[in-house]
Amino acid sequence: MTADRLGIVVAGSLTGGVEVKLDCDVSVEERAVGRYVVIEGQKLRFLGMVTDVSLETIDDEITSMPPVSDEFIAQVISGTSTYGKLHVLPMLAIGGDAMGLLDGPKTVKTVPAHFSRVREATEQDIEVVFGKEDERHFYVGNPLDMETKVCLDLPLFVTRCNGVFGKSGTGKTFLTRLLLIGIIQKGAAVNLVFDMHNEYGWKGSFEGAGREVKALKQILGSRVAVFTLDEESSRRRKVSTDAVVEIGYDEVEPEDVELLRQTLNLTQPAVEAVYALAREFGARNWLKRCLEMDTGDEATKALLDRLHIHEQSVRNLRRGLDKLARLGFLTPKARESSVKRILDYLGRGINVVLEFGKYKGDSTANVLVANTLTRRIHDQYRRWTEQAQGEGAAPPQPLVITIEEAHLFLNHEVMDQTIFGTIAREMRKYNVTLLIVDQRPSGIDEEVMSQIGTRITYRLDNERDIDNVLTGVSNKGELKTVLAKLEPKQQSLIFGHAVPMPIVIRTRDYEKSYQEFAEAAEIKRKAENLAADLWG
Amino acid sequence: MSTNPPPQPSSTRIAEVIEARSGEFTAECYQLHQAPPLGSLVKAGSPDVFGVVCDTVTESVDPGRRPLARGQDAADEADVYLQNPQLSKLLRTTFRALVVGHREGETLRHYLPPQPPHVHSFVYLCPPDEVRAFTQSLDFLSILMFSAERAPVDEVVAACLRQAAQAHPDRKLFLVGAGKTLAPLLRGELARLNTILTRIRP
Ligand SMILES: Nc1ncnc2c1ncn2[C@@H]1O[C@H](COP(=O)(O)OP(=O)(O)O)[C@@H](O)[C@H]1O
Ligand SMILES: [Mg+2]
Repeated sequence: MTADRLGIVVAGSLTGGVEVKLDCDVSVEERAVGRYVVIEGQKLRFLGMVTDVSLETIDDEITSMPPVSDEFIAQVISGTSTYGKLHVLPMLAIGGDAMGLLDGPKTVKTVPAHFSRVREATEQDIEVVFGKEDERHFYVGNPLDMETKVCLDLPLFVTRCNGVFGKSGTGKTFLTRLLLIGIIQKGAAVNLVFDMHNEYGWKGSFEGAGREVKALKQILGSRVAVFTLDEESSRRRKVSTDAVVEIGYDEVEPEDVELLRQTLNLTQPAVEAVYALAREFGARNWLKRCLEMDTGDEATKALLDRLHIHEQSVRNLRRGLDKLARLGFLTPKARESSVKRILDYLGRGINVVLEFGKYKGDSTANVLVANTLTRRIHDQYRRWTEQAQGEGAAPPQPLVITIEEAHLFLNHEVMDQTIFGTIAREMRKYNVTLLIVDQRPSGIDEEVMSQIGTRITYRLDNERDIDNVLTGVSNKGELKTVLAKLEPKQQSLIFGHAVPMPIVIRTRDYEKSYQEFAEAAEIKRKAENLAADLWG
Repeated sequence: MSTNPPPQPSSTRIAEVIEARSGEFTAECYQLHQAPPLGSLVKAGSPDVFGVVCDTVTESVDPGRRPLARGQDAADEADVYLQNPQLSKLLRTTFRALVVGHREGETLRHYLPPQPPHVHSFVYLCPPDEVRAFTQSLDFLSILMFSAERAPVDEVVAACLRQAAQAHPDRKLFLVGAGKTLAPLLRGELARLNTILTRIRP
């Protein structure tokens, strides 16, 4: 391991990280924040992330009289009277002796000594920490300028709620699709995906180019079922679907309407009226009855009077509910219970992607569908889990629910009412966790954010978004500079529960991975056949 | 008295030490006006003591008798010496060299020797090979910078580096390296550093 020496440690602290003076022949321009360096301490070797790069001078005069006119003088002065400095955040320490190597990387409890040598991290340094691909570890990307694979421990990953963040167009959907393929291939969990942009089921698209990429069903075949809210659109897009999802009026609860308050333009009294009417008509009938209500009718007037519901509120409510009723998948009586159908698939270990069809990007549809279905699916998982606990049997296979535009469900105002808020806070009590995808993380409640186990974030520009993504993270300030400097596409910062240390990666190329996905599937199939032969 | 190792064929004997102290020696040139260039690397004594030429003087042999102007009717300057052959006996050229290192066995040391060279030691101009070998390390620059109060140090340093650069295959690389050695020595004296750097700029 003869990596180039970069410089030496000249100052630092455990909380703030260390300062590294660059050797004069090392160019600052080649040092990017987010990269890893190795600090060779006296007893320990530290792996640290570069979080800032700065230019220093030993003479204040130089700043006021910069000798820039002369190339030779500038060359002499750079690295001597002026020099580059790195701010490095030590992330892990590895003991230098044999015991240390056996024990593996540890969290950092001290800082390297003065003048410890600093060098670039090698492929091996990173590999020791992030492991190789195996039955748990899934390759998600590469460190900056390295070939080493960064792998996520997926069974560990799915034990917590996780989030993928970043501006629009940065690569969230591509990465989420990769993660889902990994979770399925590694058998870490069964998935339910609310695919509000029709990108996960059969095919996804490349931004702009109009080119297509294979999505879950094309890659994983019978292990994935595509459900749709809009059969016609799916047929038109030549997507073979396994089931059509309808939601009956009887499945909509007042809480759902409250969640939709903004998109349906409801006033506070109108929302209160919903609860009163639901109590009056019953949870299963209220929507139907409300939609049929004739406000000119004397009996209705009397009822509204009795419930202290103002005529204005009724009109406001009706306008909102009519808008809801125009959603084609919402029917007075669903042909069959979609929840049952989904649970049936999930129970058999088949992953379900629910396409939105023409309701693509429709927040009202997203909130209504995701919330009504998830509420009851979660309920069933709760029963299954409790039952298993009671009988001392194995709990159900973990379920991961993927939602895009997660702030619709997890913002501070609504999070107490949505099932998603509950799932986020109860952790994995009932074997259900979330994979949330969002471009505006500032919209997500801080408490929820701090519960998110592993966060993968692409570039974010908005200060509040950056702040919120880093909620509850130590060394927030340093990671902030790293985050703000990510490339506009396909570069993300991963940190949290499922990774030993934060790291910036270039996301694995999706299309180039088809072959590897197919090979992984083949190996798994062979192994299963072998097992069947052995035990069959 | 120990004997000098036979000097390399290319080193030219140019002068003889007439005064020696730890940090510098003075030598008288065998030829009038034939002092080595300012800043050149010379050696004297046994084992070798290396010096950098810092101050050259041509003056009357007898300090009490100042030379008189003699060229009023001469055709040119050379004619003055031709017409007055005794002049080369009445005048002499001496130079001071700042000691910057010595040889210890096989090794070159870039600090002062335990003893200065003896008076009457021969002084040689170092050939390019030796200059290159000695200036592989630039540690001697700090001696130059700090040793001489009676010499135009910055000029000497610049001249020395310019000449040494000629002996190195990559002149620019050598000069940048030299500049980088000087920069911390001249910390807080940016103007001086700049002066030297402009004088050695390739
Ligand atoms: N891993 C990847 N492999 C190949 N192309 C990618 C990858 N990640 C992002 N891209 C490119 O970036 C574009 C935007 O990615 P996408 O995931 O749709 O962004 P987002 O969901 O954040 O809006 C894609 O259309 C694709 O061209
Ligand atoms: Mg997207």
